[in-house]
Amino acid sequence: MVIERTYAEINEKIKSGKVVVMTAEEVISLVEEKGVSEAARQVDVVTTGTFAPMCSSGVFLNFGHPKPRIKMQKTWLNGVSAYTGLAAVDAYLGATELPEDDPCNSKYPGKFSYGGGHVIQDLVARNPVLLEAVAHGTDCYPRRELETMITLDDINEATLFNPRNAYQNYNCAVNLSNKTVYTYLGMLKPNLGNAHYCSAGQLSPLLNDPYFLTVGIGTRIFLGGGIGYVAWHGNQHFPGIQKDQAGKEYGPAGGTLAVIGDLKQMKPNWLVGTSILGYGATLTVGIGIPIPVINEEVMRCVSVTDKELYAPIVDYGEAYGQRVSGNLGYVSYAELKTGRIRINGKEVPAAPLSSYSKAREIASISKEWLRKGQFFLAEPVKLLPSYKDGIEAKSLEIKNI
Amino acid sequence: MSPKKIILRFGKDISDKPIIYNLVKNYDLVINIIKANVNPKKEGTLVLELTGEKYNEGIEYLKSQGVRVQPLAEEVFRSEDKCTNCGVCTDICPTGALYMKRPSMEVMFNSDNCIVCQICLQICPYKAMEVRF
Ligand code: SF4
Ligand code: SF4
Repeated sequence: MVIERTYAEINEKIKSGKVVVMTAEEVISLVEEKGVSEAARQVDVVTTGTFAPMCSSGVFLNFGHPKPRIKMQKTWLNGVSAYTGLAAVDAYLGATELPEDDPCNSKYPGKFSYGGGHVIQDLVARNPVLLEAVAHGTDCYPRRELETMITLDDINEATLFNPRNAYQNYNCAVNLSNKTVYTYLGMLKPNLGNAHYCSAGQLSPLLNDPYFLTVGIGTRIFLGGGIGYVAWHGNQHFPGIQKDQAGKEYGPAGGTLAVIGDLKQMKPNWLVGTSILGYGATLTVGIGIPIPVINEEVMRCVSVTDKELYAPIVDYGEAYGQRVSGNLGYVSYAELKTGRIRINGKEVPAAPLSSYSKAREIASISKEWLRKGQFFLAEPVKLLPSYKDGIEAKSLEIKNI
Repeated sequence: MSPKKIILRFGKDISDKPIIYNLVKNYDLVINIIKANVNPKKEGTLVLELTGEKYNEGIEYLKSQGVRVQPLAEEVFRSEDKCTNCGVCTDICPTGALYMKRPSMEVMFNSDNCIVCQICLQICPYKAMEVRF
C-alpha cells in the first residue's frame, strides 16, 4: 500500500495528541531496521535542526515616534549603525554591522567583539539598548536628533528577516598556504594544519529535504527559539547536485532559505552574537524545520545519514579568496565527525563551527512542541526552486568603465 | 626582568590613598592594569602586571601601606552558559584540554590538561573561555 498523508491529516493528529514525531537522527535506525515503507507508515513528522553563524541575518525595527517627531537619517544601536533609508522611524539592523570606531583588522587579527548580532541578542535578552539618531528636520518631522534607551518591549515591531540562512551544505575549509589565515570558517593553520566544516549533516534541515519536496514559502519553522516562517528561497540559492570531474554525484550543493519571524517571541540562547577572530561580527541562529512525511519519498530523504552527505574541501589559504574554481575533493560528514580526515595523503584534524549538540536540541524541542500541540504544520504556498531548475551562480564582472 | 602578575586587595580605609601613584613614582615600576574593581563597600581589587628592578621593594611598600598582596595563579575556565558546544576550539587547543566527546559531539574541557596558552580565549566565537585569577 502506498503511504500518503496530507498536511491537514497530520495537523488533525497534532491536535488530538496522536502525532508520531521523530528527529532526523532517531529515524535513521528505524529505517535501517524496518525499511522506508514501514517507517513512512509509522512516522508523521521528522524534525531537524541547525545552529551556526549565519551572516545574512538582521532585524527590521520600528521605534515609534518621539514628541516632536523625527525622520531618522542615521541611527545607531549601542553604537552600531542601522540602515534608515526607509520611512521615518524604521530601520534595518544587520548582523555583521560593526561600531563606527571598531579597529577591525588594523590590529590583526581583529577581535570584532561587538556588532549587529550582539545588539540583536541584547534586544532579545531584554537588555536596555542605547538608541541614537540624527535627522535633517522637516516641517512634518522637526526633530533633528535624539538619544534614549530602548528595550525590545518599548518599540512597535521587531521583525527578524534573514535573507540567507540554513545553508543546505557548506565547504570544508583548509589552508594550503604557509601562513595562518583567519576566515569566516575560523582560524586555519598553515600547510593543512586543520580543517573546519559547518553543517549539522544528517540533522540539517535542507539536507533532509534535498529536492525541496516539502519546504516552501510559508513553511512554519523553529526560528531563534520561537516560531518563524520560510519567506522565500534565500539568496545564493543553488540547489544543484554536487559532482566531481568524473561526474560522480555527491549529494546537495547549496540551497538556502530566507526566513522571517517576530523577534519579540525569540530567545537569546538561540540568537547569539558571535565574534570571529580576524573576520568580523555576526549572529548565530538556531533553525529547525519539521518535515511532514507526506509520502515514502520524503521518508527516504529524511533517513539520510552522515555517510551519504559530502562537503567539498576548499583551500581558503588562497584559492577561495582569489576565486579559483575547483576543490580538493569531497569528504563525508561521517569522516569529518571522527575529527580526523585525510587530504592529499596527510592526516588533518577536523572541527565544526556548527553545533551538532544544539542542532539535536532544536530537533527535540520541535518534537515536543508538535507532541504537545503547540506547533502545527503549514502547507507551503509554493515550493522552492530545486535542482530541476538548473540555477547557476553568477559572478560579478569588473568592467572597464 | 619579566613581568609578574599579582592581585592587590585594598581595605576601605586605604582605597582613596595615592598608593599606586607612589608605587610607580618611587619604585620606577612599569604597571599594566589587568583588572580593577571597587565593590559597594569601597573595598578594591586590582590585578596588575609589574615590571622593574625595584619590584621587591615595591611589594614591601604595598604591604607597609596595608595592601594585601597575592601572587597570581591563572586558570582558564569555561562558561557553560556561553559555550554552544560548537567544537571549533577542539582542533586548535594544543593539549587536547578542549575535546569532542563522540558520538554525542559535546565539547568537554579537562582543565588538568590546560597550559593556559589562552588561544581559546581569542578564537571562541562566543567568548565562553575566560581566565580566572
Ligand atoms: S569554541 Fe567556545 S563555544 Fe565553541 S565549543 Fe569551544 S568553548 Fe564552546
Ligand atoms: S588555554 Fe590553551 S591549553 Fe587551555 S584550554 Fe585554552 S587552548 Fe587549550
